Amino acid sequence: MLNFSKINIILIYLIFFLISIFSVLNFQHKDNLILDKKVNLGLDLQGGSYLLLEINSDSLVEEKIQSKVIPIKKLFRENNLIYSDFKINKKDLTFKINDFEKFELFFFSRKENLINPYIDNYRAFELDYKKLNDNYVQVSFSKFGLLTINNSALKQSIEIVRRRIDDVGTKEPTILQRGEKRILVELPGLKDPERIKKLLGKTAKLNFRMVSENSEFGVDELISEIGESLKISKRIVMSGENLIDAQPSIQNQQNEPTVSFTLDRIGSQKFGRTTTDNVGKRLAIVLDGKIISAPNINEPITSGKGVISGNFSFQEATDLALLLRSGALPTPLDVVEERTVGPDLGEDSIKSGITSLIVGFILVIFFMLYKYRLFGLVANIALIANLLMLVGVLTILEATLTLPGIAGIILTVGMAVDANVLIFERIKEELKTEKSIIHAFDSGYSKAKITVLDANITTLIAAVILFAFGSGPVKGFAITLGIGILTTLFTAYFLARHLTSIIVLRKNNTTLKI
Amino acid sequence: MIKNINFVSKFKKANIFSLIIFILSLIFISFKGLNYGIDFKGGTLIELRTDTSINASAIRDSLKSMNLGDINVKKFGKEGDYLIKVEQKNTNNSNLIPEIKKTLADNLNADVDFRRVENVGPKVSSELLESSIIAISLALAAMLFYIWIRFEWQFSIGSIIALFHDVIITLGIFSVLSLEINLSIIAAVLTIVGYSMNDTVVIYDRIRENLLKYTKISISDVSNLSINETLSRTIITSITTLLALVSIYILGGEILRGFSFAMILGVIIGTYSSMFVASPILKFFKVSYKTLEKEEEKILP
Repeated sequence: MLNFSKINIILIYLIFFLISIFSVLNFQHKDNLILDKKVNLGLDLQGGSYLLLEINSDSLVEEKIQSKVIPIKKLFRENNLIYSDFKINKKDLTFKINDFEKFELFFFSRKENLINPYIDNYRAFELDYKKLNDNYVQVSFSKFGLLTINNSALKQSIEIVRRRIDDVGTKEPTILQRGEKRILVELPGLKDPERIKKLLGKTAKLNFRMVSENSEFGVDELISEIGESLKISKRIVMSGENLIDAQPSIQNQQNEPTVSFTLDRIGSQKFGRTTTDNVGKRLAIVLDGKIISAPNINEPITSGKGVISGNFSFQEATDLALLLRSGALPTPLDVVEERTVGPDLGEDSIKSGITSLIVGFILVIFFMLYKYRLFGLVANIALIANLLMLVGVLTILEATLTLPGIAGIILTVGMAVDANVLIFERIKEELKTEKSIIHAFDSGYSKAKITVLDANITTLIAAVILFAFGSGPVKGFAITLGIGILTTLFTAYFLARHLTSIIVLRKNNTTLKI
Repeated sequence: MIKNINFVSKFKKANIFSLIIFILSLIFISFKGLNYGIDFKGGTLIELRTDTSINASAIRDSLKSMNLGDINVKKFGKEGDYLIKVEQKNTNNSNLIPEIKKTLADNLNADVDFRRVENVGPKVSSELLESSIIAISLALAAMLFYIWIRFEWQFSIGSIIALFHDVIITLGIFSVLSLEINLSIIAAVLTIVGYSMNDTVVIYDRIRENLLKYTKISISDVSNLSINETLSRTIITSITTLLALVSIYILGGEILRGFSFAMILGVIIGTYSSMFVASPILKFFKVSYKTLEKEEEKILP
């Protein structure tokens, strides 16, 4: 075990050098990058906000199931199916049907089934039904139908969340899908996420609807911004989808903050026609079911440009413009988890983490020197090499360093020497029976090999499981712990062994003590 | 290093001691319960820094008007640093955090710096708890499996009992002291599982080696010999690991304190259990060189 071929030695030091050189990259000056790779700091160290958002698709499901009512009724009429007691519930439809088998035939027809389309990727129908007693049937979305609804809502939401956050202008946001219903948002450096939370909490569905006492489409009674109760037609003249731009502006006469918007071609036409036909009447601007304002139409607006006023502060006008520009979210988003760390706490954490790392490191180094003298020095060189390689690997992977991650490094320092301790102790034992020092070292290394491997694999298993199940900061701990084990094995079994071999072979059989 | 301590003679006393502590821990965990943090229970946590003249009851009083239910305010490290925990209520108030911040800033008559704000919803917290339990169970199962492949089933059972012993007693101590269980404590427990296993494997390795070397002597004597032979390694590694951990505990800041405390407990208990719990179990199963003979080829490379 003490004989190294030249190629082996070159390989060992080459690997060590190539990996550990990366650790130096972390100390580069910002303006003068040789290679843009570094260990990223987690939100707990650099400060910032972590938000986990969940789409709330209940309203969407309700909307979608309602849209099935008319086609289903039509299908029944066309095919002489007699239904009665048709009820629209939140998540399903129930009705009584005279010919159940015929219903089933139409319901699960694969050809041109507009009511219940077959989703090819999932090999399933969008809707499912349950037979209740007395020929009653309950129709609701199948598992995969719901999945499809959630999926498309989530994809859309991510896009809109990204637009809104980009618009606010935070640096380097991370926006990722998490599971079937969640969006993870990380905002480094953000101290107070309230404004972002507010912006993300609004669906921002904008409608223009006429104020009218009786409309053939039915009316909603809503309270206006000045407190009057208005009847608003259910017919939507135009919606926010037709907006191509919205900007905060100041209206000259009263110096009042407003939002100016620009419509696309279709929107301009619709808006022009409506305002021409309804001069003198009132048009309500409704956002998320609330009236922002309900101005009088003084003259036809055909330019496709308009202004929304509504007693805004300038911040409110800015935010409303931003929301309108980014488009409406398909469903409301709930913040299900939030973690914000202020930048000064992050700085304190780095300081105390580094301090405890240095102190722990020095304590271990002195203890090893005290215990093993010359070979303690070998173990310590291996330990330093280990740290350099650990940071090097973290840099290559551009891993995220968290506070528990720093704890993982310190723990690695404490546990890394174990490999060398195991070997040295074994050599000590061998020295008792073995006359030749070289032989004692040799068999010490080979006998301890399996133990060192076994012992480290157990910790590695724990680290891998932590990585798979842990979240955020804990993942950072698992990464440093796991990589620490690999670099420990390398430094103990190659670097330290080579250093030991140099000492043993040079001193050659005199008074070597360990 | 002192050698030839008669460990076997102490097995019986140690096992009774372990059993009592283990059962006491179980009793505490099931009756007193664990003090779950917001990670697992849901709720809101605010760490703030304010004037040193302000005390915890002033903060508690200023929040009383908000009717938040159970509020926990405690000092957190330095003078003037406090941690406020508000339990989850059923109402889903998205404005809770700004309202608390405003109330505190208005009522305290002092500068308040909000250093950390965490809010975990009920759904997420129950998921986190579930995945933590899965993670720990999976870790134990993986260890069981690994030892079963590398050694014999008797060793596998022995090491798993030792692991249970370590995890339960660590959690028991957390229960007695009402220390908070959060995600980082789970990380600590998993690391303890790895560390304790590491210690056990080193002794088991030696027992296996000695069983084959000295086929004439009993498993008790082989255990005793093996523990003695590996004793200095066990102690040295525990010391270096503890040196690192104590350094985190004292200097690593408030956030890492619970984590490092759990690890310190775990290292001590884990070291003890690999000598006094994992080894006697081999005796219980009457392990001898014959147990190993069948697979001799696999073991010695």
